[in-house]
Amino acid sequence: MNLLNLFKVSITAVASNKMRSFLSMLGIIIGVAAVIIMMSIGQGSKESIRKELSTMGTNLLTIRPGADMRGGVRQDPSAMQTLKMADYQRIMQEKKYVTKVSPEVTSAGQVIYGNNNTNSTIYGESPEYLDIKQWVVEEGDCFTEEDVKKAAKVAVVGKTIVTELFGEGADAIGKTIRFKSIPLRIVGVLKSKGYNSWGMDQDNVIIAPYSTVMKRIAAQTFFSSIVCSAITEDLSDTAIEELTQILRENHKLKGDAADDFTIRSQAEMMATMSSTMDTVTLILVVAAAFSLLVAGIGIMNIMLVSVTERTKEIGLRMAVGATGAVISLQFLIESVLISVTGGLLGILVGCSASGFLVPAFGMPSSVPAWSIYVSFLVCVCIGILFGYIPAQKAARMDPIEAIRHE
Amino acid sequence: MAEDKRKVVIELRNVKRYFQVGSETVKALRGVSFKIYEGEFVTIQGTSGSGKSTLLNQLGCLDTPTEGEYILDGISVRSMSKNQRAHLRNRKIGFVFQNYNLLAKTTAVENVELPLMYNNKYNAKQRREAAVKALQAVGLGDRLEHKSNQMSGGQMQRVAIARALVNNPAVLLADEATGNLDTRTSFEMLVLFQELYKKGHTIIFVTHNPEIAEYSSRNINLRDGKIREDTINTNIKSAAEALAALPKPQDD
Repeated sequence: MNLLNLFKVSITAVASNKMRSFLSMLGIIIGVAAVIIMMSIGQGSKESIRKELSTMGTNLLTIRPGADMRGGVRQDPSAMQTLKMADYQRIMQEKKYVTKVSPEVTSAGQVIYGNNNTNSTIYGESPEYLDIKQWVVEEGDCFTEEDVKKAAKVAVVGKTIVTELFGEGADAIGKTIRFKSIPLRIVGVLKSKGYNSWGMDQDNVIIAPYSTVMKRIAAQTFFSSIVCSAITEDLSDTAIEELTQILRENHKLKGDAADDFTIRSQAEMMATMSSTMDTVTLILVVAAAFSLLVAGIGIMNIMLVSVTERTKEIGLRMAVGATGAVISLQFLIESVLISVTGGLLGILVGCSASGFLVPAFGMPSSVPAWSIYVSFLVCVCIGILFGYIPAQKAARMDPIEAIRHE
Repeated sequence: MAEDKRKVVIELRNVKRYFQVGSETVKALRGVSFKIYEGEFVTIQGTSGSGKSTLLNQLGCLDTPTEGEYILDGISVRSMSKNQRAHLRNRKIGFVFQNYNLLAKTTAVENVELPLMYNNKYNAKQRREAAVKALQAVGLGDRLEHKSNQMSGGQMQRVAIARALVNNPAVLLADEATGNLDTRTSFEMLVLFQELYKKGHTIIFVTHNPEIAEYSSRNINLRDGKIREDTINTNIKSAAEALAALPKPQDD
């Protein structure tokens, strides 16, 4: 018997038991749909995080004091004072692969206007910072290099600060707020960035000249970090090398002495985030995959019933010349047919659910193409795996007994 | 009759078949020998327990003898594997079973095509042609697409006979082929078998009913796993006449 005939026979058998076939397919449909939905949520979240990180600048490089050290004892990097004004100036002079640079000093605390107050973080930066982090000034202007030189008491604030201190939509330009009792005149309001995917309000921010924050608020002579942007994302690694060289020379680090700073790129951040998302997705998918296993057992069960029920048919087929192998193949094709049809329906359900239902719940979703191929393959495997035992049972029947079976 | 000149289709040489049931050995066939020539219509007749079912399984290559030799159309069956016997059944034997054994929800023509499905020499078109021809031969040329549940017992058995004929077998093996049918339909079936006999088909008809022997050309009577009698019937009764002599049913 050729394969085409076997397919016809199997299709007829599956179709003649519509209800039963559909019910055993249902497990596969649900399982595959669940796997695809989980994968699409995972992929969607990853993409939305990636998008968000790239709005912060994909070519962003952050220099922090201290080196990464996993074993051994090392000083708290934030207490290290290795990043100094001299480093910033040297970078500004020698940079080739780095376009914009901003030293950073931060301080968290209470900010007051009149009888309103809120908690926020002040970022001491250079004017280039806004470009590096892709902030846009909506009203007013950014502070200038001149303000930096004079350590002027001016600041640019995020939308949240305006809302908390002046009320929604109020005009804040020219008003003076107090951060840790230092008065700061608002010169600009930033366009809203909203919450990031960690749930942090990105608009709760005050940006002032780094000199102002260093001298007047934090009272320190070193930077907590220096942020820069590489010319392009692809040149991030070259830019890191360049910065490393400049800083090593400036810090007079010789030979094999360890760096007393670390440089991280946004690409690295993304990789870390992606791998975290991958783990979460994996856990979800594994949970969904278990339902596929259960569905497979369901198929095996129904196939065993089917084989017993059709003992007479098997006996007849053997009597007229079907070998055990052909009988086994017939039932194997039948179970694969059930699992694959279920799989295809599941893919359909999964894709449309990720396309319409998931976004309706406000979750990001994007079905990775490979998840469709993999689901399909898994269904074929389930059909073969769980159809094998029933098929063997059919193949081993004795035609004499089978044909007289009542 | 010059028997020796005719072709031997089936030859059994002292065939024995023993079954082990627990610690006991059941001797179903205790040494059976006979030759069946091409074109014979043989009834194998015996009561239940006479070993006729066991003999049928042997003749149908569904089983192999414990001892002795079985030669079907020149091929020794005894040492054949399961798969080889399946192949042999497909090419040399046409089965007709007592309870028709048609596939449910399947049309007459598809049922008849079944044996050819396991024969790679036939393509779909040839299969269909052969099936239609076989159905015409049993008088069902107008019921090709009827499904098995839309047919009467007699029609179903005709389909089963067509299925047995479709592969041009060396021998037609019928197992109580009239057992489930009423008298009238049984005679109709016998008429059909006699027609096939006249066309030169070799037929073996296994039955418990001694009456049927009168319509065949030879009768082998089994008892306790041995041949009690093997007689040539020189005065074959016509099933068609017997059918005509039956009282007409009230409605039809």
